[in-house]
Parts: sequence; C-alpha cells; structure tokens
Amino acid sequence: MRKSRIILFFLAFLVWTLLGWPVDFQHLLVGILIACLVAFITGDMFVKRPHVFKSLKRYLWFLYYIPVFIWECIKANFDVAYRVGHPDLPIKPGIVKVKTDLKSDTALTFLANSITLTPGTMSVDVDSENGFLYVHWISVQDQDVEKATRIIVKRFEDILKKVFE
Amino acid sequence: MNEIIGLFFITVGLFFDFFGCLGLVRLPDVYNRLQASTKSVTLGTCSILFGLFLFKGFTAAGIKALLGILFLILTAPVAAHALSRSAHKMGVGLCKESVCDEYAKEKK
Repeated sequence: MRKSRIILFFLAFLVWTLLGWPVDFQHLLVGILIACLVAFITGDMFVKRPHVFKSLKRYLWFLYYIPVFIWECIKANFDVAYRVGHPDLPIKPGIVKVKTDLKSDTALTFLANSITLTPGTMSVDVDSENGFLYVHWISVQDQDVEKATRIIVKRFEDILKKVFE
Repeated sequence: MNEIIGLFFITVGLFFDFFGCLGLVRLPDVYNRLQASTKSVTLGTCSILFGLFLFKGFTAAGIKALLGILFLILTAPVAAHALSRSAHKMGVGLCKESVCDEYAKEKK
C-alpha cells in the first residue's frame, strides 16, 4: 500500500516536471505538493502489485518490447495506406475470437493496445475471466480460434508475459 | 541539420495522416474506419510531434511534444476500443463484405 503510493508519487512528479520543463524552484515545490495529493487520493488504484517494479529483468524485457512494437506500428501504417490507396479496396473484414493466457489488468491492457496498433487488427472487447479477446480483423485469414491466436496474439504475448506477469 | 530531419519527419507524418483521412471517407463501416484512423495516428501525428521536437530541442515546447507522443500512444487505442465496443453494443452492424462475427454469436 505504502510502496504503491511512493511509486505513484515519483511518476506524478516526473510528469509534472516534464510538463513545466524549464526547471525552477517554485515549479518543483508546487509539483511536490500536487504529487503528494495525487498519491494520497489515488494511490491504491494505480499500482496494485508494487513488487513488479523491483526486478531489473522486467525493465530489460520492456526495452526489448519497444522496438518490436515500433516496427509493427510502421508496418501497420503502410498496410493501411496500401488498403486505402488501392482502387479496389482489398478488405475482407470480420470479428474473430482469440485466446490469451495473460491474467493481470496491466498486461491485458497492453496486449489490447498492441493489437489495436498492429497491422489489420483492432480489439473490440476483452473477456478477462475466460481469457478471450474479440478482435476486428480487416482481412480475415482464419476464423479458427487457435490459428487466429497464433497469427495475432503470439507476437506480443510471450514478451508481455515476461514483463507484467 | 536537425531542421532538415525534422522537416522530413513532418512530411512523412502529413503523408500518413492524409491516408488516415482518406480511409475515413472510403472504408465502408464504423469498425473499418476506426482501424484506419487509429493506425494513422501513430506514424502520422506522432512523427509530426517528433519533427517538432527536432526543431525545438530540449525546450518547453519540445519536451511537451515528446509527452504528447507518449499520451497519444496510450490513449488512441483505448478510445478506439471504447468506440467500437459501444457501437457493437448499440447494434451497429458490420458491413455486407464481412465474413464472420464471433462477438454477436457470443452475445446471444
């Protein structure tokens, strides 16, 4: 409980400092007060498992996740540009169901966001109890749950499991 | 030198934002339109902001542009998720080219 408040305090203070960038004393003083207030009010909502922040291995895997994610983003943009610019509009849309093993809220949020920003897919709903995601796919390659899971989810799931679980 | 690279990034961003807008007009239903508009945000708007950062360097405007990239990447997919989910719950159907709808089966 106290640990999660301290983590939130430092995050809030960092964002405050960056927002009012030319650092001066008055800004920092008000920033400390505001960050204390935010950490006091919403401390137990933001960070539920503070021990996750301790291990260095998670940060390294997160650093590895960033270039993978950026590369998929670039591919997604070219994919959209190709589909939209093509005169025949080559789309074959549909909503498919995929499976995931991730359990924690943060990991599921990151997985859904990554699916939305990668080529051709957008997450519509999450069924966190049974571990299913409903994904809108702009060109459906396979309607089967297992095969769609292998194409859509596997790119990120292994990395995110090492970062957040 | 920084300004030339910044102009390059801004040009790339305008190019992809244009394709996002074109997709908003050309694609058939709400889900496909959300696909196009969400994806063009990342390389389109974010690279415009990154180009601004290269112009300004580590000043007040430059740092705010970098923070803007972070918040856009975190919030744009969440907005698309909320819009598509509520559209489906309100009964907005998929377009006639669609091949399957597992989510509608699940709701019954």
